Amino acid sequence: MSELPTGGIDCDLHPAVPNIAALLPYLEPHWREMAITRGIDELNTIAYPMNAPISARPDWRIPGLPAGSSLPRLQNDALDAFGSQIAICNCLYGVQALFSEDLAAAFARAVNRWIAAEWLDRDARLRASIVLAQQSPDLAVAEIERCADDPRFVQVLLLVAGEVPLGKRSMWPIYEAAVRHNLPVGIHAGGAYHNPPGPIGWPGTLAEDYTGHAYAFAAGISSLITEGVFQRFPELKVVLLESGVTWLPPHLWRLTKFWRGVRIEMPWVDRLPASIVRDHVRLTAQPFDAPDDRDTLLRLIDHLQSDDILLFATDYPHWQFDGTAALPAGLPAALVRKMMIDNPRATYARLSETVA
Amino acid sequence: MNVQLRDAPTAEPQAASKLAIADGDIHPARVTNAEYDPFLAKRWRDHLAEYGTRGRSQWQVGPAYPKAQPNASRRDALPLEGGRHGSSLSFMQLQHLDPNNVAMGILNPLGCGQGLQNLDLCAAMCAATNEWQVAKWTSQDKRLKASIVISYEDAPAAVAEIRKWAGHPDFAQIFMLSRTAEPLGAKRYWPIYEAAEEAGLPVGIHAFGYGGNPITAAGWPSYYTEEMVGHAQASQAGLASLVFEGVLARHPALKVVLIEGGFGWLPALSWRMDKVWQRLGSETPLLTRPPSSYVRDQVWLTTQPIEEPDPPEALRDLIGWIGWDKLIFATDYPHWDFDDPNQALKLRISEAEREAFFIGNARKVWGK
Repeated sequence: MSELPTGGIDCDLHPAVPNIAALLPYLEPHWREMAITRGIDELNTIAYPMNAPISARPDWRIPGLPAGSSLPRLQNDALDAFGSQIAICNCLYGVQALFSEDLAAAFARAVNRWIAAEWLDRDARLRASIVLAQQSPDLAVAEIERCADDPRFVQVLLLVAGEVPLGKRSMWPIYEAAVRHNLPVGIHAGGAYHNPPGPIGWPGTLAEDYTGHAYAFAAGISSLITEGVFQRFPELKVVLLESGVTWLPPHLWRLTKFWRGVRIEMPWVDRLPASIVRDHVRLTAQPFDAPDDRDTLLRLIDHLQSDDILLFATDYPHWQFDGTAALPAGLPAALVRKMMIDNPRATYARLSETVA
Repeated sequence: MNVQLRDAPTAEPQAASKLAIADGDIHPARVTNAEYDPFLAKRWRDHLAEYGTRGRSQWQVGPAYPKAQPNASRRDALPLEGGRHGSSLSFMQLQHLDPNNVAMGILNPLGCGQGLQNLDLCAAMCAATNEWQVAKWTSQDKRLKASIVISYEDAPAAVAEIRKWAGHPDFAQIFMLSRTAEPLGAKRYWPIYEAAEEAGLPVGIHAFGYGGNPITAAGWPSYYTEEMVGHAQASQAGLASLVFEGVLARHPALKVVLIEGGFGWLPALSWRMDKVWQRLGSETPLLTRPPSSYVRDQVWLTTQPIEEPDPPEALRDLIGWIGWDKLIFATDYPHWDFDDPNQALKLRISEAEREAFFIGNARKVWGK
């Protein structure tokens, strides 16, 4: 069991909607009636089947309810256990997978009201990301505007596999609004499942699906860079959540190689992709796909070429590690401090508005 | 990457002075499509004339994304006598095989009908491609070895084609494209792997093709660059599928060669698959050991377009993690991102590493 510095900032944990009934008070009357009259099911996507081992650590499960659905348990299991000063809630409730944009936006509003009332109001350590109906950028922008005055919302939340690649122009209003309100754009593993979740179609197993989040992130980074999003929004920060980390350097080497070869098709990308990523992109460090030996770990850290880009996260309640081993063993103490405190503070500007 | 304009090369001076290499990825082309006519029934020649080829892509001809240069080829690779890049054996010998002392070159024909929606046309074109490889290439230059091109979306036809050529000394492997209609480990493809194991032939899986699925989980990207970089992601998805669907476990003698999909991603993918398997092993009971061990035993990768890491010494880390016995040098001749054997591997290496990387691993995998 590794000893973590106290006062860390947990940049990815997942309060769960216990069931749709819990959201009903937060839906507007029309949508509440729709949810009841039409018998809308729980919006739990196939990304995290409730009983699949990876979806919740055995000691973090709650009998009969989704893990992560209890505030006292989250306080005990995550906040207290890791001594976190601050923790950023990324609620994964499948609003992004609805086909109706209006219904999705209604549920996004409900989730954000629920997060504020049931979590942020009840523990001053908690912050949250604004859940968005990313299938409808204009309604997503409206939701950013609605929530932005509450400084406890420190980020907007997208899924890596939405309707269109992340860099597409249709997504730009979301980035514009995020920059306007000093909010990083968090991009979490998972998706709408409106496109086949793998580059060669629907995988046969959850194992492939989960493995494939890493290449969905690679594609997302390619899209954000080739489309020139960071040239258009030079203040934009992107945080990759639950991405796996070690896929990134090889992906950037390949992207850089092709950028060198064929950048005639994207002349607006005026510098090395890796340099753009170091300036604009951050990653939470759970999971961290690496073997246990320290030498390999240190080589992988070297490949990242930056001490600034990793952020501490438990990914509570997903089962990535046991005990309190939320960081790979053998990281230099100075890097651990940066990951737990300095890098999150530098990434999430709004934390300094609300934390002494 | 190598796009150059220069005078016609001269072969003689260097040939004898260089160590022999294998090239795991050469793309032979037709001067015109009529080169297949002797190998196609009239019924299919007429069909092609009237309807062309319909694949899972939007254009009548040409790639889904405009490439960066014509035929995605080196500008200096146009044969002196005319015809498409890669369509002249004598020019390939003069420009590549002789000066680079290629002792074994694996032919991987592209654009020859794999993945077409008309499965019977696809099978006919694959059969024609195989006859053509022998007639035009392997019978004319013993250094060249062919790939059995198959209609992989139609397993019975693919198996028949494999059995037709199995044991023929000019064929080194079975040839698929990475962008299949379903992930490579799906049940519809299992007869192909059974036939490959039975024939003792590796399955080469080359990047590209159009299986109809967007290359990203968020839909179709905008740029050729994204598609090219995306082939590394498609190759990973194919490999993960072969592993988790139990194809490698069920066929321990099956060898898979991933071609032109990159290799830098393999260590991270292997670690990720191992971690996922630790959690979700109950979903895939056929796997009795970590996914990476099946990859280590049964999968090889060609090197072009070679990784160019920053920091550069990361290349040695990558190859060390993958294994010097797992990578096969390839040039991708005549394409624009050709890797020059004299410059591709920017590392100080031992003689044993050089031998394995440039020829030994190829000989072991393809047995030629």
